[in-house]
Amino acid sequence: MGAISLIALLIAAIAFSAGGILVGKIFVKGSKNPQKGQAYECGIPTNTSPWHQFNVGYYLFALIFLIFDVELVFMYPWAVVVKKVGMVALIEIIVFIFILFMGFLYAHKKGALKWS
Amino acid sequence: MLSLESITKTTQDWLFAKFSPEIALTIECVIVILLCITLFAVLGLVLVLLERKVAARIQIRLGPNRVGPGGIFQTAADTLKLIMKEGLTPDSADKFLFNLAPFIVMMVAMLLLAPIAFAKNFQIWDINIGVLYISAVSSLSVIGILMAGWASNNKYSLLGAMRSGAQIVSYELSAGFAVLTIVVLTGSLRISDIVASQENGWWLFKGHIPVIIAFVLYIIAVTAETNRAPFDLAEAESELTAGFHTEYSGMKFALFFLAEYINIFIVCAIGATLFLGGWMPLHIGHWDGFNHIMDYIPSSVWFMGKTFFLIFVIMWFRWTFPRLRVDQLLNLEWKYLLPISLFNLLLVTVIAIMGWHF
Repeated sequence: MGAISLIALLIAAIAFSAGGILVGKIFVKGSKNPQKGQAYECGIPTNTSPWHQFNVGYYLFALIFLIFDVELVFMYPWAVVVKKVGMVALIEIIVFIFILFMGFLYAHKKGALKWS
Repeated sequence: MLSLESITKTTQDWLFAKFSPEIALTIECVIVILLCITLFAVLGLVLVLLERKVAARIQIRLGPNRVGPGGIFQTAADTLKLIMKEGLTPDSADKFLFNLAPFIVMMVAMLLLAPIAFAKNFQIWDINIGVLYISAVSSLSVIGILMAGWASNNKYSLLGAMRSGAQIVSYELSAGFAVLTIVVLTGSLRISDIVASQENGWWLFKGHIPVIIAFVLYIIAVTAETNRAPFDLAEAESELTAGFHTEYSGMKFALFFLAEYINIFIVCAIGATLFLGGWMPLHIGHWDGFNHIMDYIPSSVWFMGKTFFLIFVIMWFRWTFPRLRVDQLLNLEWKYLLPISLFNLLLVTVIAIMGWHF
């Protein structure tokens, strides 16, 4: 099957999730209670919102990931043809990875990979 | 001989002979939808039971054994219980995103089924960029998890989602490089080509040392990507209640739980396809007699056997290794696995160009 199968799979996923949730709704007789609407926090009343500043480490790792992920995408077409092209492709990718690895070492030296 | 291949072929021929192409395609789509939903339901039931039974076996206890013979209906009973539960939404949550998140997670899990070859010629869509498609779609699952954690307006959820995001995003790289080693060796991204290239032996054996390294890296990376122990920081029960799905209950929780198990199945299926030959029986070079005997075992049995073996290995990890801290987790990836996988890729390239593999 062609690309239409992806649409079929999306429909299947939505039908499955929506079906499950709707069946649940039919059987459940909910009761309303102000306590029920609170976010869980060890059983004590919820204190302040969690939507504030979080550790900057996550952001740094996300940035480094972005570089490597783009690099990974570049390497897919290379990987397909490397056997046909031969040694030239190998040397090119060694240069590519070398430059990238220098950047990685720089990030490491600057302490971007250290969790604080 | 009755096989999945002949059944699908007969069905397709009959449909296209009987109806106009558009209607036949629509009927095929409906069949695919029904099959995928059935597969999801069955896999969910089987894998949850398997997990509990494996855990029980490793801890020398019986595990679920009350509902049905040997406890085989335990997960069905659990599902019934979950249907009866009320699906709560916190008042302070971002309601739209909160309700959307389980759908996203399920969609990603379902879309990943498309290029997987379950048996010989039994594949939903043999897309020519299969491997790239898999890594592209599987990286979307982090959106669903972040969405769930953020929208819940709960500290545990947000912390779990953040950890999960950092973890999935980091380990995706190692998994990607491990997958690339096989692409280098086969020179194709199409799943059927990758399986066909293993006709005279699986890559794990043909590619020897670098492919074995890549296989180990892949297993470690996907264990982390599916948030399994020892990398289950995102839902570390003793620290974060349930991580990003703390606020979910009833069927929405069941969907997250199911998607998690389906993801384990899918990554194991991909690992089995790339490194262990997918549906390809165990073939050894030119031992024709041996190869012929192995062909008598149906291809779907080979595929499921390999996949469930890998699933068993990942479940085994859970009861063998202690959980890592978040800094140890990121250290492991960025300081060890990533450089190793980069150099491993170069090693594989040398071996592929020089033809030093079998």
